[in-house]
Amino acid sequence: MKEFSLIWAINDGWTIFCRNLKHIFRNPESLIVSMALPIILMLLFVYVFGGAIQTSSDYVNYVVPGIIITCVGYGSATTAIGVTQDMKGGFFERLRSMPVHASALLVGHVAGSFVRNMISTILVIFVAWLIGFRPNASLIEWIGVIGMLSLFLLSLSWMAVLFGLLAKNAETASAFTFLPMFLPYVSSAFVPANTMPSWLQAFSENQPMTPFIETLRGMLIGTPIGNNDWLAIIWFGGLLIAAFIMAMFVFKKKFLH
Amino acid sequence: MLTELVNRMISGRRKAMKPIISVRNLKKSYGQQTVLDGLNFDVQKGTIFALLGENGAGKTTTVRILSTLMQQDEGKITIAGFNAVDDPLAVRNIISVTGQYAAVDDLLTGKENLEMMARLYHLNKKSAKYRISELLEQFDLVNAANKSAKTYSGGMRRKLDIAISLLKTPEVIFLDEPTTGLDPRSRRNMWTMIKELADKGTTIFLTTQYLEEAEQLADRIAVINGGKIVADGTAAELKQLIGEEKIILNFSGKAEYHHSLVLIEAIGNEDNLSIEVAADGNPETLRQLLNKLKKHGIVPQKVNFREPNLDDVFMQITGRMEKGVENR
Repeated sequence: MKEFSLIWAINDGWTIFCRNLKHIFRNPESLIVSMALPIILMLLFVYVFGGAIQTSSDYVNYVVPGIIITCVGYGSATTAIGVTQDMKGGFFERLRSMPVHASALLVGHVAGSFVRNMISTILVIFVAWLIGFRPNASLIEWIGVIGMLSLFLLSLSWMAVLFGLLAKNAETASAFTFLPMFLPYVSSAFVPANTMPSWLQAFSENQPMTPFIETLRGMLIGTPIGNNDWLAIIWFGGLLIAAFIMAMFVFKKKFLH
Repeated sequence: MLTELVNRMISGRRKAMKPIISVRNLKKSYGQQTVLDGLNFDVQKGTIFALLGENGAGKTTTVRILSTLMQQDEGKITIAGFNAVDDPLAVRNIISVTGQYAAVDDLLTGKENLEMMARLYHLNKKSAKYRISELLEQFDLVNAANKSAKTYSGGMRRKLDIAISLLKTPEVIFLDEPTTGLDPRSRRNMWTMIKELADKGTTIFLTTQYLEEAEQLADRIAVINGGKIVADGTAAELKQLIGEEKIILNFSGKAEYHHSLVLIEAIGNEDNLSIEVAADGNPETLRQLLNKLKKHGIVPQKVNFREPNLDDVFMQITGRMEKGVENR
């Protein structure tokens, strides 16, 4: 009986995932918007501000990790909005009145979010390559990049799901973009942290984005990583677990009553 | 029309053994505000039951509680023998709910919506395929099946929504204001469809704000007001209570109005000097009424007829209007 319900849970999650995949391709605007902003930002930084910022290598190489997280951030806001719309529209109610596995809706959303963000990330990296981004990562380092990106994507997606569950409406849910929009600025994403005033530097060096960006950058263009990889894994692994547990808790509470 | 209704009522009664839905002393409050104040009613298997009431009377709350989407504060609900609180999953297995806001995925086509839901209902592929084409046919959605639901009209969305809830042939279907916001033609179609469903043996619990709708469809009507069932009976019984039609007499002066009110013992409205009398469709009633007034030298300024509505039910039951007049 237990196995059966597991199979049905996977079936339900997969069904919602397929639906969310269809959403991506039927509503390409949201994908384009979530890519357009980071790309514009990248062009702006590389061609307008970049000349004035002193970094160890070509600025485009320096800035790409930061652009990737901005891109994923925008993409996750779409997830938050999607979750809120399902919760507030009739879809969630309908699922509740059906013998559907409780977590399927969330798992389906996260899986859809993962695919959408991977697509936009790959496209953004491609555009970066066109304007001169030349990573020197080895195969192992590329695998590391994909692993780190996946961890980051998953934890951000679950945070977005939690945010979407708690938001009262789609407008509130879209406020999730603030997080990925502003945190990278006060990290080493666009400018080296040591150029900031000391109090801001302290924040910048101890917030989760910085070790993550430093790790990506190290893997992609060979800057020193230090213990940043572990810090990034602990930060985002912890955030992932916390967001997952909280989202499940909030959802089950709403689902049952 | 009427004979059909009566026939259905009789057959409904005959089938009536043990109610499929039984509600006892159902109570629910949101904070200080009492929404449901001790509801009691039964719904017999295979019948159409209408919960009739104004906005905010507690209709949606009742549907949500009965369909296990919300929990009551007090009271006992049994659906097909299952206790809705102890065994919500068993209840969910045999019911379906269509809320006021269509739960249709806009970016999917009508058919894809059905397919997705069939998978979530864990139907096997073959029977799902058959059932979906059957439902598209039944709900007249074959031509729109491969169009995005975004392009559907209100009536089509509602139909698709109900089609989804019928995928698994539920024993009980809850329809929360199924025709609100529909144009008159779609409303008629919806009525036909609901009757067909009931004819196939599905028990239907619907809510509505329209007396006419309850009358057209329901074997039994419960009138809810302020969280209480204020009347419960067949359409005919309710009609008896409120009369078929109303004759409205308008008077030109206050003196005439008051005099007439004493003579004919009916509900008066002093604001516009009118008196309402229940009519039975017989012209003789009107003649006698006018003769009676004429004898006392009173001729109404205007005589009108109107169909009874939900207000009449409330007025009869609560006597609100009469009291209102007395207080002034």
